[in-house]
Amino acid sequence: MKLSHALPLATLAVAVSAASHAQEITVATVNNNDMVIMQSLTDEFEQAHPGISVNWVVLEENVLRQRLTTDIATGGGQFDVMTIGTYEAPIWAERGWLVPLDDLPEAYQVDDLLRPVRDGLSYDGTLHALPFYGESSMLYYRTDLFEQHGISMPEQPSWDEVYEWAGQIHDPDNRLYGICLRGKPGWGENMAFVSTLVNTFGGRWFDEDWNPELNSPEWQEAISFYVDLMNNYGPPGASSNGFNENQALFSSGRCGMWIDATSAAGRIYDPRESDVADVLGFSQAPVAETPKGSHWLWSWALGIPASSEEQDAAKQFITWATSQEYIELVGETEGWTSVPPGTRASTYEDERYIEAAPFAGFVLEAMQNADPTDSTLKPSPYTGVQFVGIPEFQAIGTQVGQSIAAALTGQMPVEQALESAQRSAERAMRQAGYYD
Amino acid sequence: MNTSRTQRLVLAVVAWSITFVIFFPILWMFLTGFKTEAQAIADPTLFFTPTLESYAAIQSRANYFHFALNSVYVAFGSTLLALLIGIPSAYSMAFLPTKRTKGTLLWMLSTKMLPPVGVLVPIYLIFRDLGMLDTRIGLIVVYTLMNLPIVIWMLYTFFKDLPKDILEAGRMDGASTHQEILFLLIPLTLPGIASTGLLSVILSWNEAFWSLNLTSSRAAPLTAYIASFSSPEGLFWAKLSAASTMAVAPILIFGWLTQKQMVRGLTFGAVK
Repeated sequence: MKLSHALPLATLAVAVSAASHAQEITVATVNNNDMVIMQSLTDEFEQAHPGISVNWVVLEENVLRQRLTTDIATGGGQFDVMTIGTYEAPIWAERGWLVPLDDLPEAYQVDDLLRPVRDGLSYDGTLHALPFYGESSMLYYRTDLFEQHGISMPEQPSWDEVYEWAGQIHDPDNRLYGICLRGKPGWGENMAFVSTLVNTFGGRWFDEDWNPELNSPEWQEAISFYVDLMNNYGPPGASSNGFNENQALFSSGRCGMWIDATSAAGRIYDPRESDVADVLGFSQAPVAETPKGSHWLWSWALGIPASSEEQDAAKQFITWATSQEYIELVGETEGWTSVPPGTRASTYEDERYIEAAPFAGFVLEAMQNADPTDSTLKPSPYTGVQFVGIPEFQAIGTQVGQSIAAALTGQMPVEQALESAQRSAERAMRQAGYYD
Repeated sequence: MNTSRTQRLVLAVVAWSITFVIFFPILWMFLTGFKTEAQAIADPTLFFTPTLESYAAIQSRANYFHFALNSVYVAFGSTLLALLIGIPSAYSMAFLPTKRTKGTLLWMLSTKMLPPVGVLVPIYLIFRDLGMLDTRIGLIVVYTLMNLPIVIWMLYTFFKDLPKDILEAGRMDGASTHQEILFLLIPLTLPGIASTGLLSVILSWNEAFWSLNLTSSRAAPLTAYIASFSSPEGLFWAKLSAASTMAVAPILIFGWLTQKQMVRGLTFGAVK
């Protein structure tokens, strides 16, 4: 009687110990299209790596960023793979929060990764996260409207030309607006775009001694230009438009031009999601004084927190999700316009991709000549094109973004908005101990 | 006669209008869940061909029942625990007050005035060391503590309305304290206790700050489920609406079924 009880118990114990050998990893990611595809391909990964099972935590970008920061800063160990951007990677690596990725297998072909993307995710010359997809910014326009107004797009448009074209196309009575640009405040929203505009007007966030330069003539000129352009030829309520809202406006045919992330190209070019797929034109982001820093560089990457207990399995996962084979897998199952762009040179050499995505060349060029270490006309102490790679930037960037949105809505004149932005930035930098 | 009829009519129209205004966002969410992503951001219209596309998409991306079950466990678990602690403490404050009772009550309420994010890091560290991150027990503990002040306050006001004489009569007949609570207090104030419990369930169900921050996958409730469908990139309104509809449906049905209890409890003692 006793034995018959003991036997099932013993079997159970064996089963439990076997189960504890199976590795379970938790992947935290954002709810962007490319990540949704990655999640849907989990089965493929689990089949190729028996013994590893994947749990997903999907959150909106800002929520995710806060959630991950809490966990990694306290060493909570809740996640084995974290989706982070070029902004976080070097800052977190410096604090020893991320596992350095210096022993990648040869089959991973680390040299195939695009140089600027790779540099952006490295600290002290060592990769600390692997790029999942990358983006720059470019100019989208409607070829039908350009033809109608007899405008031909040069290889490198200037901001003055863009202003003029916006005026010609603008037709608010028919709900057609000359240009759509980001206006929603946030360091990753309007300030991503505004920083590139300021860069090309010759401005910078900080001088070499970390003094903010937000009330400099370059910023004044750039922001006045932006406010004029948007108030004259932009859609109404532009200060609440972020990436998403503008994508919706552009793909429903309401904007003549739109300057934003290259990663939108696949969706704008997809007739299921866009009314302007057949009249879509692309060009490099416009320049003013200097081409330096006129378009941004960003990548979403997968990193392993040092607090993870399953670093080995996590490494297998991130090398799978950022590999050439993964890109191939997405191309075969989801179609070639859906492959994660902007990470590997081999993607841009693949005939199938070039054929399916006519914008590929533009994207590659924009990404390759974006240099986060040298993005301003006058020298600056920071890295990052559309952001400043210091921990204080999230707060400063968002506050400045709010001042600029206030200037856009006319709540205060540009000069006053920049003055208040300057003061708040100075205060934040002093509090952070950059100077007394 | 005539004026009272017009008055009633006006009152009815006003009541229905207010109800409609309050209900409209929920209705719109419900409708948006049946649109395609393109229709969801197009100019608003009430007429469209409904599709289950979004529901299929959300079901393929996350296991709804896993999240829903967590929500049920956590909401009801924390409510039970809060009532278990709240009933005796409200009893002692209502029937055996000392000169510090008022101060204690106010102090308890003051804990609700602290923004939760202020204690996020300490609680995260404690939970990490106790191994309670991403556990349902962890969430139940936090929700119990979060709702306890409200639960005690509500129970206190309900208990206050009960004539002391009834409990005294019980004591004369030889009832011990716990018999007094169990056989006199609880049956007599059941509507109040029920509405307190219902409120606590609803508050726990809707809580999003702690549930997002203290869970990752195993213990994640429906609030985390909804949060996973919002995105700064690409179109998501239809899917988000579908997910939200699925998330509020259980509590909406629950509220419907217990409506009588809730209204009775909330107006309990209102007319003296």
